Amino acid sequence: MSSGRTPCTVAVSGLNNIDSPGPGMPVIRALRESSNLEVRIVGLSYDSLEPGLYMHDLVDKSYQIPLPSAGTEALLERLKYIQSIEQIDVLIPNFDAELHNFIRIAPLLRDSLRIKTFLPDLADFDARHKAVLFEYGQQHGVLVPKSHTVFTLMEFHRALEANTYPVVVKGKYYDAQIAYSADEAVSAFYKISAKWGLPVLLQEHVRGTEVNVTVLGDGTGSCIGAVPMRKLYITDKGKAWAGVSIEDEALMQLSRTLIESARWKGPCELEFMRSEEGEYYLMEMNPRFPAWVYLACGCGQNHPEALVQMAMGYHPEPMTRYRVGHMFIRYSQDLIVPMEEFEKISTLGEL
Amino acid sequence: MPEVLSALFAMNPMKISQNIAISENGFLFNPATGDSFSTNACGKEIIRLLQEGQSQAQILEALQREFEVDQASLEKDLADFLYMLGNYRLLDANAQ
Repeated sequence: MSSGRTPCTVAVSGLNNIDSPGPGMPVIRALRESSNLEVRIVGLSYDSLEPGLYMHDLVDKSYQIPLPSAGTEALLERLKYIQSIEQIDVLIPNFDAELHNFIRIAPLLRDSLRIKTFLPDLADFDARHKAVLFEYGQQHGVLVPKSHTVFTLMEFHRALEANTYPVVVKGKYYDAQIAYSADEAVSAFYKISAKWGLPVLLQEHVRGTEVNVTVLGDGTGSCIGAVPMRKLYITDKGKAWAGVSIEDEALMQLSRTLIESARWKGPCELEFMRSEEGEYYLMEMNPRFPAWVYLACGCGQNHPEALVQMAMGYHPEPMTRYRVGHMFIRYSQDLIVPMEEFEKISTLGEL
Repeated sequence: MPEVLSALFAMNPMKISQNIAISENGFLFNPATGDSFSTNACGKEIIRLLQEGQSQAQILEALQREFEVDQASLEKDLADFLYMLGNYRLLDANAQ
């Protein structure tokens, strides 16, 4: 008997459902709950210990893919192999570090392998990068704290002189530390540059409350969905372990305006700081689903489902309502895995 | 009545922020900030009276009728509670 849902195969990366989780598993859970799609899930992993590999109730088949540093050719070759077995309709990359490669090969995936994506183009992707976010904010009418991008310690010292304390020292992809003195700032510079490389960002500190919005844009100026969340519990890695959907019309209006003005295509997470004066500062714009995107689904907006629909050429109606006061609380659980499964993914690269 | 308290009770009626939800058990949720709080029966009653638009003086009278407590303590406790509500941004800033 037919379920009336459209069958499709979706490849998803970010299966690292760990204490600093990737968005893959929440995306998959949302897709599994779709009322319009009947999905087969192909997991794409970088490491044999990504927990999602072993969650067979959520992931139908998994394949290892080469690390982003291996480049686009290796990635394309691997996806050619995977597609010779699978019939992937849509691919959703979920890692910051892999997005650049996937955006570059998106036309090839579409034309040669018939794999659809729903990603911003490289110009839009680069325009909202941390290093140029201030200019991006000016262009789209959103406040962004001033920041300096520095490549050397000398530049860092010069930038420090132009700031008042506290300052925020940020890595190019991840990590941020608040420094209350030059010593603390320099120590953060060494620590972050050693871990994430250069450049490092030195940003003006905005005191306030962090509020985040998970948003989906259709690329033509429509915001298809948006749900705001306030973190209730943060881990030592700065990740939300619990959060709640909130009602904030000013924040929602600002988010919609940004997505519409930028004609953003695909998912993104907007990280705002609501200052003590009630102003909203955009701190980061992450060009992918956040790891808490399943909350949006729980509040009545299934963003991963809408993304797959748009990638497949449908035009889902914008979702404007959501349930306020719904929480997510993460938990950890031990998966029991026979060694044969670990052996299989480690040696054959598929499971 | 001390001067500070007199000034407080002479103020325009304080209003609880819009959309604040309070359950039967005295659990408050502020949907604008995501903050939640627990209060006792007395706090719940004060919030209910604020939601009805009662003035501080009217609330004081109502509490005096309901609880056996001397007026000075009641005035001080009510002032503390209202201050706390303001501090937690549970009062409508425009009405304060």
